[in-house]
Amino acid sequence: MSTALLPDRVVTVAAPPADRDVSAITSTRVFIGRSIRHTLRNTEALIMAIVLPIMLMLMFTYVFGGAIDAGGDYVDYVVPGIILLCAGFGSSSTAVDVADDMTNGIVDRFRTMPLRSSGVITGHVVASLLRNLFATAVVIGVALLVGFRPTGNTLQWIGAIGMIALFILAITWLYAALGLAARTPAAASGYGFALLFLPYLSSAFVPTDTMPVWLQWIADNQPITPVIETIRGLLFDTDLGDRAWWAVGWCLVIAAGSAVWTSVLFRRKAGRR
Amino acid sequence: MAAAIEIVGLRKSFGEQRVLDGIDLRVQAGTVFALLGPNGAGKTTLINILSTLVTPDEGTASVAGHDVTTDRDGVKNAISLTGQSAAVDEVLTADENLRMMARLSGYSATDAKRRAGALLEQFDLVDASRKRVKTFSGGMRRRLDLAISLVATPPVIFLDEPTTGLDTRSRQTLWEMILGLAAQGITIFLTTQYLEEADQLAGRIAVIDHGVVVAEGTAAELKARVGGEVVELRDGNDQIVRELPTDGSVHGLREAIDQLDAAGLPGGSVSIRKPSLDDVFLALTAQNLEVTR
Repeated sequence: MSTALLPDRVVTVAAPPADRDVSAITSTRVFIGRSIRHTLRNTEALIMAIVLPIMLMLMFTYVFGGAIDAGGDYVDYVVPGIILLCAGFGSSSTAVDVADDMTNGIVDRFRTMPLRSSGVITGHVVASLLRNLFATAVVIGVALLVGFRPTGNTLQWIGAIGMIALFILAITWLYAALGLAARTPAAASGYGFALLFLPYLSSAFVPTDTMPVWLQWIADNQPITPVIETIRGLLFDTDLGDRAWWAVGWCLVIAAGSAVWTSVLFRRKAGRR
Repeated sequence: MAAAIEIVGLRKSFGEQRVLDGIDLRVQAGTVFALLGPNGAGKTTLINILSTLVTPDEGTASVAGHDVTTDRDGVKNAISLTGQSAAVDEVLTADENLRMMARLSGYSATDAKRRAGALLEQFDLVDASRKRVKTFSGGMRRRLDLAISLVATPPVIFLDEPTTGLDTRSRQTLWEMILGLAAQGITIFLTTQYLEEADQLAGRIAVIDHGVVVAEGTAAELKARVGGEVVELRDGNDQIVRELPTDGSVHGLREAIDQLDAAGLPGGSVSIRKPSLDDVFLALTAQNLEVTR
């Protein structure tokens, strides 16, 4: 060892914490806090989360609304669809967030620490849930201003918000899995784009019986339609039939499947960048 | 002296490609050990195995007495890894990065704040502590990266090419810090492509190529095998005609020049330089081939 380079800046070594093992609850809380900070500092995404719902709400009510439903009640029909459309947009950034983390090496650092490192994904998912519930509140606020008059009671409102939250969770986990499966953040963003078209092929904006028969079959049997119909039914106090079960079932299957896929991918990608 | 790292017969392949082909190494506690080799030699894979990110195909390795495959948590408790690209959160500030890592290392919120403050001071990052890391220079990023590695003060630290891409000044600062840590009894295992870096920092050096350790010893021992200096003969067009390793002594130099004389090149010029990694490499791999033949 060379003596020419004696350290003049001595880094002192502090006593380590008594226990470096951190509980999953503590680490997950720290990861959630990190992701929320990321959300609040991503100004573009934050502006999108507020502006997009307003733009869509106004566009569907004043531009398309008159043509689709000349009676002027289109706003009551379209609100659940716009909520889901916004949630889809808002959740898609989770794919990019996850892909970013996986490629820049920070996850490898977490992995070499004595903690449950997959909590970093949970952090992104929880932040996405909060971000999109906020966007949902913006949609509902603007909707009320432009004439949205739901008739559901408090319990039905709670049910509708629960349904929306479950949908956000399901689609966010799916985006997290896509973010892990993608090799680069740009690819993650691309995969996510396809999912954004699903709401258009559902009963979100027009009743499915106005579509050609083959498309109607797709629209009736894809997960978005029962979710939309459940929210609509709860907010306007109409008969849900078995749609709520389909909606909850679809969301749980997507959320659970994606969560399992996520954890498999997360483990497989250790040390590979 | 106790071994901080012990590696026996380690092999690893990715698909058809054999990355590590039987590595045996022993690193004493409280020393700096450098793994020297070119890109693709297997340096990062070896560090990834030692830090539990990758499982070996064959052989065993233990860090601070914990086996890297059967006692991962034991290893994780005793190490920190600073990877090739600075693994810092660019969206957060330096202070937030350190506090987050401290919280994740078992410190309470108050202790995490105190620990972050101390590290910011020691690593000369106080002025930048509230700036987002995105705006940091390469040297600042590396300093933060190293500071993060020290949050929980592990007994063994892995540094994967810590100074690649840094300017001379930042490199010097980082070297000083690494030596300072070693002086306090922390075992440091680093990889590098630069002979000079290994020379400045490490007590012992292992040269690795194609997944095999081709030489191991102190810097002096390795240099003795290469020669202390290299004499270059250039022709009239400044093209290198011959390179001769010497031991750096006057006698060695005279011998080398005599040989060049014999080559007889009018208008040629002679210069002397320190051996580069290429020279070490050429010398060592050539010797290795002779041995295996």
